[in-house]
Amino acid sequence: MSEIPGDLKYAKTHEWVRMNDDGTVTIGVTDNAQEQLGDMVYVEVPEAGRILEREEACAVVESVKAASDVYSPVAGDVVEVNEALAESPESVNQQPYGDGWLLRLKPADSGELDALMDAGGYQAFIESGDH
Amino acid sequence: MAKHTPLYEEHLAAGGKMVDFSGWDMPINYGSQIEEHHAVRKGAGIFDVSHMTVVDLTGERVREFLRYLLANNVDRLKESGKALYSCMLNERGGVIDDLIVYFIREDFFRMVVNAGTRDKDLAWLQTQAVSFQVEVTERDELAMVAVQGPEARNTVLSVLDTEKRSAAEALSPFKGAIAGEWFIARTGYTGEDGFEIILPATEAAAFWRQLVAAGVRPAGLGARDTLRLEAGMNLYGSDMDEDISPLEAALGWTVAWEPAERDFIGRPELERQRAGGATRKLVGLVLEDKGVLRNHQRVVVDGDSDGEVTSGSFSPTLGRAIAFARVPAGISNSCQVDVRGRLLNVRVVKPPFVRNGKAQIEL
Repeated sequence: MSEIPGDLKYAKTHEWVRMNDDGTVTIGVTDNAQEQLGDMVYVEVPEAGRILEREEACAVVESVKAASDVYSPVAGDVVEVNEALAESPESVNQQPYGDGWLLRLKPADSGELDALMDAGGYQAFIESGDH
Repeated sequence: MAKHTPLYEEHLAAGGKMVDFSGWDMPINYGSQIEEHHAVRKGAGIFDVSHMTVVDLTGERVREFLRYLLANNVDRLKESGKALYSCMLNERGGVIDDLIVYFIREDFFRMVVNAGTRDKDLAWLQTQAVSFQVEVTERDELAMVAVQGPEARNTVLSVLDTEKRSAAEALSPFKGAIAGEWFIARTGYTGEDGFEIILPATEAAAFWRQLVAAGVRPAGLGARDTLRLEAGMNLYGSDMDEDISPLEAALGWTVAWEPAERDFIGRPELERQRAGGATRKLVGLVLEDKGVLRNHQRVVVDGDSDGEVTSGSFSPTLGRAIAFARVPAGISNSCQVDVRGRLLNVRVVKPPFVRNGKAQIEL
């Protein structure tokens, strides 16, 4: 079973969102997503400063198997990206909620966060197989 | 309903992630494709290849039949047990399948063909065999495993009984031997030493467990694919098919032109291509930029028509993306590939990329 931390929000496209104390959000791909994709070999993150729309393709995670787009769960400005993934893409497999984070955003409208699923909702979403 | 090999339960027990492969439920990996890949390059891995099709060909005229059926020449097989890699062509010189044929006796050859091409291969064999009175028998009651890697040979030898061990121990590369109901061959699809073993389905699980207990790591179809790509070995359906000749698939070395009087299916068309000079060829690519090469990406060649990646992946041994691509025959030593809308630089190289654990190209 994949891990689904209770303190995060989730998108149907299998990204997680962590609300930080400074008002920014950190985004990554879920444990379930990395399990499905397999061993990561290349991660492409956006430039810091880029302005993202909600559900805009903002990063690419490539496993031995396939390339997969990552969509921004909310609109906002990219304030920081995880440069370390260029050298260690396997962090996405090993610590999808930790060292494997992809980017940090300053949300344009924090109300958009309410539209995301909580852990229970995401769990049910995975189990429904409707993705 | 997907078919299960005799090792299906072993895959589940080992945490195999099962996927459909040509109608078979097969393990793509057991957790980490890359770790399985490295295990084969550095130690030993075991693959279930029971989905592949074993076909026995028997009859007085079986050698004559194969001389006509295959682009490679079975007259190269003189000692019993010797293996030959060949393409089986249609009249247009296209590849129906690539296969391994073993010479057992003058009235008995054994062939191993791909799982995805089973039906058409058997139909073609049956049709062609009639006029040679050759009997075509599929051996679907047999299982098949490949044990590969620098430690594979010794580990296999350590678990075999005396009769099988002495048969296996004596094998030089690309040779096989019958040992009771087993057939043991020193062949593979990884670029490493090892064995491919055909055995009764009822004995497969016990043999698998013995090897795993001896430290051999189960490896899935994912690792099998990256290993064969690094080793410069073609995959049927990706790198060649019925509309591609061996000359356009870097398999010219498997076509036996001599003796010139040997007639084989597809020969007239291949002769035409050879005389005219092929317009396309299959080459190796190494990505110089960051990213991953994938099947069907477009290859952009300066001043020439486009090519296409036929097999692309990340090479765990080299830590770089590598590929085979079909390109215009006049290509220079560099070109570009359209990777998700960006043109990235690649170097054209001659496979293999890796052999016996060592890089064969400069990075």
